[in-house]
Amino acid sequence: MPRKLFGISVIALGLFSFSANGQAAAQSTANWQDVQEKAKGQTVYWNAWGGSELINTYISWVGKRLWDDARITLKQVKVTDTADVVSRVLAEKTAGKNEDGSVDLVWINGENFASMKKQGLLFGPFTQTLPNYKLVDTESKATTTVDFTIPVDGLEAPWGMAKFNFIYDSARVQKTPTSVADLLNWTQQNTGRFTYPSPPDYLGSTFLKQALTELIEDPSVLRTSTTDLSELNQATKPLWDFLDALHPNLWRKGSQFPASSSAQQQLLDDGEVDIHLSFNPGAASSLIKSGELAPSVRTFVFDKGTIGNTHFVAIPYNSSSKEAAMVVANFLMSPEAQARKQNPNYWGDDTVLAISKLSAKDQQVFAKIPLGAATLPPQELGPTLLEPHPTWMEYIEKEWLKRYGQ
Amino acid sequence: MFRALPSKVFRLRYMPAITLLVFLTPVGAGLISSVLPAFGYLPVLGRSDFSGEAWGQLLHHPAIPASIFTTITTGFAATIISLGLALFFVAAWYGSPSYKKTRKMLAPVLAIPHSALAIGLAFLIAPSGWIVRAITPWATGWDRPPDVAIIHDPYGLTLILGLVIKETPYFLLMILAALDQTQAEKRLTVARTLGYKPISAWIKAVQPAIYKQIRLPIFAVLAFSLSVVDVSLILGPSAPPPLSVLVLRWFNDPDLSYRFMASAGAMLQLMIVIAAISLWFVVEVGVSRIFRSRSSMGKRHFFETEIKLASKAGINFLVMLFSGSLLVLVTWSFTWRWRFPDFLPSVWSFHSWQNNLHNLAESAGTTIAVGLAGSIIAIILVVACLENEKQRGKNAGSGALWLVYLPLMIPQVSFLFGVQVISIKANIDSSWISVIWTHLLFVLPYVFLSLSDPYRSQDNRFFNLALTLGSTPSRAFWRIRLPLLLRPLLFAFAVGFAVSVAQYLPTLFAGGGRFATVTTEAVNLSASGNRRIVAVYALLQAILPLIVFAAAMRIPNFVFRNRQALKGS
Repeated sequence: MPRKLFGISVIALGLFSFSANGQAAAQSTANWQDVQEKAKGQTVYWNAWGGSELINTYISWVGKRLWDDARITLKQVKVTDTADVVSRVLAEKTAGKNEDGSVDLVWINGENFASMKKQGLLFGPFTQTLPNYKLVDTESKATTTVDFTIPVDGLEAPWGMAKFNFIYDSARVQKTPTSVADLLNWTQQNTGRFTYPSPPDYLGSTFLKQALTELIEDPSVLRTSTTDLSELNQATKPLWDFLDALHPNLWRKGSQFPASSSAQQQLLDDGEVDIHLSFNPGAASSLIKSGELAPSVRTFVFDKGTIGNTHFVAIPYNSSSKEAAMVVANFLMSPEAQARKQNPNYWGDDTVLAISKLSAKDQQVFAKIPLGAATLPPQELGPTLLEPHPTWMEYIEKEWLKRYGQ
Repeated sequence: MFRALPSKVFRLRYMPAITLLVFLTPVGAGLISSVLPAFGYLPVLGRSDFSGEAWGQLLHHPAIPASIFTTITTGFAATIISLGLALFFVAAWYGSPSYKKTRKMLAPVLAIPHSALAIGLAFLIAPSGWIVRAITPWATGWDRPPDVAIIHDPYGLTLILGLVIKETPYFLLMILAALDQTQAEKRLTVARTLGYKPISAWIKAVQPAIYKQIRLPIFAVLAFSLSVVDVSLILGPSAPPPLSVLVLRWFNDPDLSYRFMASAGAMLQLMIVIAAISLWFVVEVGVSRIFRSRSSMGKRHFFETEIKLASKAGINFLVMLFSGSLLVLVTWSFTWRWRFPDFLPSVWSFHSWQNNLHNLAESAGTTIAVGLAGSIIAIILVVACLENEKQRGKNAGSGALWLVYLPLMIPQVSFLFGVQVISIKANIDSSWISVIWTHLLFVLPYVFLSLSDPYRSQDNRFFNLALTLGSTPSRAFWRIRLPLLLRPLLFAFAVGFAVSVAQYLPTLFAGGGRFATVTTEAVNLSASGNRRIVAVYALLQAILPLIVFAAAMRIPNFVFRNRQALKGS
């Protein structure tokens, strides 16, 4: 019953006197006690990518805990593509539906965040209000405050750390490539055994970003926005040369690409390819656990580091359960929820918290989390490379489509 | 008693108008809301100037030429192959035992949603699929699957195959319905006594009569094949995909400025459908002209043996693929580990069913509720329209009723965004009303299609006899007309339910993502690599309509257990 709380929400909205543009409205909700009080009994429709059974199970655990603790009803709306959610909120704004929107919380980052922020579709800033935000490692995990070079500005709460890595079957592959350039050699010796999902799949795009970052003459230019075509052409030439050389050695000779990263995971399990891409260093271990991949799969990264970023949760401007959504976001950043998420038995996703800021007892909990057979220890994960500015990605995705997508 | 009559007629008189209103308001308004952005009008994105910029962008998009080409080739190929196969099979095997056997298979094949079948087919024929696993490694010597593109192949052959499996039985059903009304038996007998071989007799004596009747279904199938989204996502080419997938991708792009190009793309899709139907019409005129001169030349045979063998082989091939697809779904749903090239899973498990029990029950509940409500409303509206026609003559306001087929001809993406905006404006978005209403747009045409012929051809003398015996019209309607029509009514209901279960985009757009049906879950999950879970949802997607179909077949036999003449064959 999506509408049963309509009355309550209207009153809540009245009390807070939110403006139509929610981005300026959060300061008045500074009192966390008030927020918790109002959150009680609200329903949160959380739009989150639903393609992983493991993650869905984790989310239903969150729902159970929130009901027990705070009497909040959490409902996961499983989405295939977060961009659908951006569309939906936009459609609501188009129709002037500035209250009681259909989305209360959204799992988001990167381009989707940039888009929602630019169109004024987000509520906040709200993260400073959340007690657990103090525990976030904003100092050494820079991507918790800058999302794909776009300042977060308190509009989304950090939830997990992602780092690009590769999953391979150790029963079939002895020597793994050490860099993008070495990958080309590897594919020459192992023709047809590698591929990547076609952009705009996020892992396919990340593979291109990784290649670009390693191959470009001056990686610092990637930090800034640029729309100058001749500059883009010039700077990305090494990437296209690399792909032109790589594609004939790929699965299906590069004439076809898996539609999504999940499809590629199945290809690895079917033995159609030997390498799969992942954004989660614990993925290999948890996929073994869930029976989706063979026990012999392992993880590798490139020597000079791989792209890393943070994923977040954000609240749309027209949500009718903003307080409950804030309580959910706060719980997601709690040591309890973060520790469970980092455990490969439940998910295996890295924490956003600074372990040093936690209580001694919580530090113990984190220390005891098993790494999982296929997970690399943190010191072997290599440096983290930053995401390029979204304008680069837009250009590369378009250009990729023009060159290889037809 | 007597006063009930005029008021009833008065109410019935408006039923066609009401039905069309229920129908055309959302479609028309949806189309307009989708057309405006194509010309640069979408105020919320800060654009209210009219320009052709989006069209320029669209036509210069690198993927467009190949995408249009794929759309047109797969759309026409699927339609022509299915239609040809269905026509030739009926021509060659009409009345034979294998014809009767095939006839029994129609309902289950029709009941199962396209996407469920597509998922099963992909599991079956992929390079690492069940067929290859069955012959590997003993016959092939492979330790790894062959590196060939079968699923998502660039020519869309698998997409065509997936569509043909579903559309051939649909055409068969439509041909059967048409046969009942064209005295096909008599025509055939006459032709056969004149020495025409079966297929030749069929083509010359029956085909011209039934073609007119199945023209509308042909257009519906053509439009569907040209704009299908879910099957294309699962089986279609990926680089570039057909136009429908491309347009949906633009609609969903995080960069909201793509909206303009998406709207233009949706309009292009509509134009392609209109052009395709017009082209079909033109070719049809030409073909029938050639045909007419040929059919009186007196040749008594037309590739009799070849067509007989080929059509039988074709149908058997489809039945095999269909059964294999279902079987592989069942197997995957009980799998824990199943690596290539094992023929059967190495570890079996109930985990996929157990772990999702709660979700399964919830999405099945939503599916059933929406399906039942939509089909019941559709039946009521259609019966009211047809009864109006019965009582007031054929031209009494129902001349415009062909308009109910409009939603089947217009590509879904081209008006669903508009429907979404309108439902938000009316404050009924993401509610049961909007989901059921949007489903009704697709359920009603099929219910109308299934029910109109039996209803129109029902012998009026039963009804009139009741009146002369002193019954009121309303009593005669409830006690005579409807019970006599119980079988087609229930069949139409089951068709409506199956159509509702299969809806993916309408549920997504109208439900605001809050209504998870087994189909939205199955299609969402088919993007994930986890075949075990996908199989569970796809199976459930198939089981629900099958139950309703089975019930629709059985109930009349039970109700009429004391009525020999009303019992089915």
